[in-house]
Amino acid sequence: MERRTLTVTELNAYVKDLLGQDPALMNVCVRGELSNYKIYPSGHHYFTLKDQESSLKCVMFRGSASKLRYRPENGMGVTATGRLEVYVRDGVYQLICTSLMPEGMGDLQVAFEQLKAKLSEEGLFDRAHKKPLPEMPGRIAIITSSAGAAVHDMIRILGRRWPMSKVILLPVRVQGVEAPPEIAGAIRYANEFQVADLIITGRGGGSLEDLWAFNDERVARAIYASQIPVISAVGHEPDVTISDYVADRRASTPSNAAEIAVPDQQEMREALESYGIRSRQAMEKSLRVAAQRLDALRNKRVLTEPGAFLDSRRLDLDRLRDRLLASEERQLAEKRQRFVKLGASLDAMSPLRVLSRGYALATGREGKPLRSVRGLAKGDEITVRFQDGQAACRVEQVQEGEERYGR
Amino acid sequence: MADKMSFEQSLGRLDEIVRHLEKGDLPLSDSLALFEEGTSLLASCSAMLDEAEQKVVKLRKGADRSPEELPFTDEA
Repeated sequence: MERRTLTVTELNAYVKDLLGQDPALMNVCVRGELSNYKIYPSGHHYFTLKDQESSLKCVMFRGSASKLRYRPENGMGVTATGRLEVYVRDGVYQLICTSLMPEGMGDLQVAFEQLKAKLSEEGLFDRAHKKPLPEMPGRIAIITSSAGAAVHDMIRILGRRWPMSKVILLPVRVQGVEAPPEIAGAIRYANEFQVADLIITGRGGGSLEDLWAFNDERVARAIYASQIPVISAVGHEPDVTISDYVADRRASTPSNAAEIAVPDQQEMREALESYGIRSRQAMEKSLRVAAQRLDALRNKRVLTEPGAFLDSRRLDLDRLRDRLLASEERQLAEKRQRFVKLGASLDAMSPLRVLSRGYALATGREGKPLRSVRGLAKGDEITVRFQDGQAACRVEQVQEGEERYGR
Repeated sequence: MADKMSFEQSLGRLDEIVRHLEKGDLPLSDSLALFEEGTSLLASCSAMLDEAEQKVVKLRKGADRSPEELPFTDEA
């Protein structure tokens, strides 16, 4: 047999063809541990599957990778499904992976645990962020499917317990790929237009797959961001979803949510009755106490002996009058003393006092005081006043200039 | 006055009144006035419960995005 020399490309292409013809390699399932997991900006995922002794290169193209519901991590045990293909350029073969399932747990379970850990880390489940529920919400928004038993159970129980609350249904799909954005959108819408005082969101029971919308990160974030308190009500008692963790309150079922949301009118009527009883009892007691005080007053002296009461008041009055008079007298004496003092100072200023000290006052005709020798002439008649009388005098001589005092 | 108050407000006021009355430190005329107010609140609360009729609506996003209320028809 003649041996032909091949190019590298020819050989690699030949092997590619050969492997491509084996149907077993067209759809192969292989178990191993993930390592070297890389996500490229193109959206393709590259990784190596390995066991104790061997390793296998794998690629998952963007289309298949986008269907992953959890985040593959190095070290995770997985089962990869796909076809084997030769990469002609490098002369290597790799598994073109179309599905990658975690071992042990289902992929949804893994996704659930991963999202729970992530959101918990971010603080979305923190107690401190949880809002108290209104005691008597006037309006309750129910975000669920408008078909199905859940919505009817809730409306029935709300109506029986507390018909005063208005029920506002925001119908959404609760299953399928449209469900998470619809639920999250309805929660945001209820907040934007403030349509309610309380939100209940959830659905009846089902498989983990059925409840999946309530394990969606978008729904979780919408619940977290809601200003209106949210009750999460998903599935049956043992089902716990991410929504349950992030909501302000978790209800075990939709019916339970309706019970949590509103008070029971029967209990309220009993409470009202007890208020009635208490206020009547308190009022009766007040009346009794008032009656007792009235009796006690009746026995007091002022009422039993009004004459004695008046006598004692009269004595008080007399005492007061005495005090008043005494005070008036004291004031009068003080005024009198002041008057005497003022009289004395007036006296000191009097011209008569000056005359008593030896001075005399000379006056001319018409009684005008003479302040100067000028204008006087020999023979003029003047009057000189003394302390105790006056003398009519005639001027003998006038001498000017000497003995000037002051001005 | 009492008619304008919500059930919750009425209940709160009622609670306040009963506590006040039970303290028993008010003049008799004030107590009587409170008692009368409490009695009328009780009556209006009971009436609100008796007359309440559940309203259920379905919300639709209107043309301008604002909510529109539709009657809720049983689809079960």
